[in-house]
Amino acid sequence: MMEALIFLVLAVIKVAVVIGVLLLIIAYLIWVERKVMAHMQIRLGPMRVGWHGLLQPIADGLKLIFKEDIIPAHASKIVFVLAPVVATVPALLSIAVIPFGDTISILGRSIDMVITDINIGILFVLAVTSVGIYGIILGGWSSNNKYSLLGALRSSAQMISYELSLGLSLIGVIMISQSLSLVDIVNSQAKYWFVILQPLGFLIYAISAIAETNRCPFDLPEAETELVAGFHTEYSSMKFALFFMAEYANIVTVSAVAVTFFFGGWRGPFLPPVVWFLIKMALCIFFFIWLRSTYPRFRYDQLMKFGWKILLPVALANILITGIVIVLV
Amino acid sequence: MIMPLIKGLALTLKHYLNPFKVITMQYPDEKWTPYPRFRGLHELQRDENGKEKCVACGLCSTVCPAECIELEGDENEQGERFAKTYEINMLRCIFCGYCEEVCPEEAIFLRQDYELVSENAKDHIYNKEKLLVPLKKKK
Repeated sequence: MMEALIFLVLAVIKVAVVIGVLLLIIAYLIWVERKVMAHMQIRLGPMRVGWHGLLQPIADGLKLIFKEDIIPAHASKIVFVLAPVVATVPALLSIAVIPFGDTISILGRSIDMVITDINIGILFVLAVTSVGIYGIILGGWSSNNKYSLLGALRSSAQMISYELSLGLSLIGVIMISQSLSLVDIVNSQAKYWFVILQPLGFLIYAISAIAETNRCPFDLPEAETELVAGFHTEYSSMKFALFFMAEYANIVTVSAVAVTFFFGGWRGPFLPPVVWFLIKMALCIFFFIWLRSTYPRFRYDQLMKFGWKILLPVALANILITGIVIVLV
Repeated sequence: MIMPLIKGLALTLKHYLNPFKVITMQYPDEKWTPYPRFRGLHELQRDENGKEKCVACGLCSTVCPAECIELEGDENEQGERFAKTYEINMLRCIFCGYCEEVCPEEAIFLRQDYELVSENAKDHIYNKEKLLVPLKKKK
């Protein structure tokens, strides 16, 4: 009885800390993105709210809370309200299986620095992040707006095309580590990072992860030149903020997965494991912003051609080569 | 195909690593100085005796493509013509400077002032008091 209670309290504390830190990261990620992108484009970015715009996320949040919440007259109301939630929850959920530190012991009790270590961790991440797409499609469809619908359709087509290569790019790593659990995958990188063994796999993962999160240069679902704002055209106030949060939560998630699969997770010398994990994740996120401020958007047919005719065969070839090498060595 | 992509990334990184070189002007704190031939707010001129140069010929009003100048002429005791009222609607004005070009008396010039903001649409109709260059005090 006592044991179960302690387990419950520990789990609640872990969840609260992780969600708190995650939301803080998401809020300040928006500031970081605006700032980094501004300096890459020789601008200054937010400067007015607080020192160098540091209070900008708080100001934005307050503004969005007090904005009028508009539901279009011909929208499907229940689905319209539900869609932002469906988009946000899976994005926050998938962080649950990411290990961000070694097992530590406090008061003679060993605590895993991961919310839950399930033995099919990566399948959980892939499954849950795929549910997030429902939020986008339902939001686009229920708005009763042609631009929203077009954005949603594009994003579903894009997700299907790139999710294949995303999954396939991770299989190489799973073949080497022989486990689907993210904790085991980090542990099997004790000697060297998997990015050295799987450079092609990492490249495919990076490209399809950017496409999965609908980020530039694959941000077709919200291409403002053609589709006004894509699937969230009709959304305002906190519902819009939830879509925004989901996008950034997805960036954090795919960065965390990239760190876990290819860059040795929390492993690193001198500094505490959690710090190493955060540094590696920050670099991955920086790469996202760097790409966004550099490249223009893909054309739709180019996107499809690239996904199916280049990325998918290369991912399959990568698995084949990995298999051959494993058998021979 | 790969090289141009890397080149682009290198350029943005170069700009990022030099955060002090930015082209943003923090507007209300630092203000832009217009070039000498900048066309800003109009100014009605006076001659050396302090008399208004404008003779209310109406050429500026005719040439104005935005039709924003309205004036009414009158004669003083000596029989010289002058503008009784002279109004420019700054919401319509496109600052093309045709009025300055066409004026035979060199009575109107476009000057440097570009901060013409107001919360009230009526404030944008500038009358003669606002446009006329202030009288210089005699020494």
